Amino acid sequence: MLTLTGVGKRYPTGDRALTDIELSLPKGQVMALIGPSGAGKSTLIRCVNRLVEPTQGSIRLENTELTKLSGSRLRHARRSMGMIFQEYALVDRLTVMENVLSGQLGYVGFWRSFLRRYPKEAVAEAFRLLERVGLPHAIDKRADALSGGQRQRVGIARALLQSPKLLLVDEPTASLDPKTSRQIMRLIRELCAERELAAIINIHDVALAKQFADRIVGLRAGEIVFDGQPSELTSEILTTIYGEEDWDTTPEPAEEKSEDAFQPTAYTAHAMPTMVAGGAL
Amino acid sequence: MPVSTSSQGTPLWQRRTTRAQWLQYVAWLAGISLFLLCWKVISDNTMWVFVEDAGRQGSDLISRMMPPRWEYASVLWKPMWDTLNIATLGTALGIVMAFPVAFLAARNTTPHPLVRSLALTIIVSSRSINSLIWAMLLVTILGPGVLAGIIAIALRSIGFVGKLLYEAIEEIHPTPVEAISATGASRLQVMNYGVLPQIMPAFAGISVYRWDINIRESTVLGLVGAGGIGLQLNASINSLAWNQVSVIFVMIFATVLVSEWVSARVRHAII
Repeated sequence: MLTLTGVGKRYPTGDRALTDIELSLPKGQVMALIGPSGAGKSTLIRCVNRLVEPTQGSIRLENTELTKLSGSRLRHARRSMGMIFQEYALVDRLTVMENVLSGQLGYVGFWRSFLRRYPKEAVAEAFRLLERVGLPHAIDKRADALSGGQRQRVGIARALLQSPKLLLVDEPTASLDPKTSRQIMRLIRELCAERELAAIINIHDVALAKQFADRIVGLRAGEIVFDGQPSELTSEILTTIYGEEDWDTTPEPAEEKSEDAFQPTAYTAHAMPTMVAGGAL
Repeated sequence: MPVSTSSQGTPLWQRRTTRAQWLQYVAWLAGISLFLLCWKVISDNTMWVFVEDAGRQGSDLISRMMPPRWEYASVLWKPMWDTLNIATLGTALGIVMAFPVAFLAARNTTPHPLVRSLALTIIVSSRSINSLIWAMLLVTILGPGVLAGIIAIALRSIGFVGKLLYEAIEEIHPTPVEAISATGASRLQVMNYGVLPQIMPAFAGISVYRWDINIRESTVLGLVGAGGIGLQLNASINSLAWNQVSVIFVMIFATVLVSEWVSARVRHAII
């Protein structure tokens, strides 16, 4: 459904962000894109909806060649690609409803959108989506009055109001706590299944990627170095993607131990054995 | 580098290198010398005989202003009303013209670099000419009256509002703009949804602030015949009616005080 052939991006500064990306995404597949910071994950998904211009290669969404489009044809194509952002990218001073309805901007004319007179069906769909993402009570609130998780739900509803075929998701959980991150990933996952959407999800959290994606692609320095099932992602592969690191230990117990070192000796003496035991587990 | 090594081998840190420190001393010395030199030039060119009796002259002037001729106030209500109108209508007109200019001048919303330089030229030329001078020019073109005053205020306001507004536009958060563009919105829709909400507080603040300044500026426009209370001020000074001048001063002072209060309240309500 989405096919990237030989896609490359070189910034005017001379930095090569992407080299010869070959990627094909079937309908309904949720793909996680992992890789270290600066590997080109954000550039890759921004090349797809042309927020960043790829410098070579071709990107096809169904039968449309995206790299050749301009003006209204590009705007038309962008409607079928919903985007979800790390910092939610809501317009803070607009209400939740206005933010969700802005997903319809590609479909309505300027004056209708300026006067906020959206078609009835669009408004009804916005109500349904807000209900679906779990925010029916927040419709009249301003976007900056919401918590991080709630804002991301608004961002999801906005992307879905475009009636997209593809979701481009840029670090959806990077600003969220672990529990909310799981809820948001589960929501995106469910919505993709309900609507048969394909999705590219940039994500730093490898555990979340393995848990929620059908397929994992690893990017390193602008090149694809892994493409496979979540179960195939071993320590060796993580090393090729991210570089040398001890992948089998979780860092948390070590951190807690060093925090304990600052506490009174009596308490530390009591706490240490359990921490060590916890670390061993 | 400010980091050096002591004779014991331990690293040392200073705020500046020795060279930079000496350069700074020299700069201070040069600055103070220039100030003293200017002081001397001004002092040599002043006729101190006139300054010597400044205290007597000043107290004389004040004694002529006192007591204010309060009856004169009845003549001033109409010119005061004109002054307020010049300020308010001039500000409104200026804002209407400055708004598109700001969007054309901001680096992130301008359609083309050439358009941007044109918009910046408009802003700079409007800012470089004082409203009093604009009024002088317009009185010769349009004849004396309130209209010249309104347009003078408007032309001066374009630069002020335009400059502050385009700076506000350049400082917006780019991600909401990105997100709105990604929905397939047109250029105007991106402005309306992505940019406009972000600059609204700045826009309201700038407008009210300019209105506040314009009240003060429009009180003097009458000096060159552009309507308002300045006309009475000029006439009273020319006829040496200092007890009327004091009434006008009190009136201007009260108006400016009220406008300060109103603009503070409005700004508080909007932001």
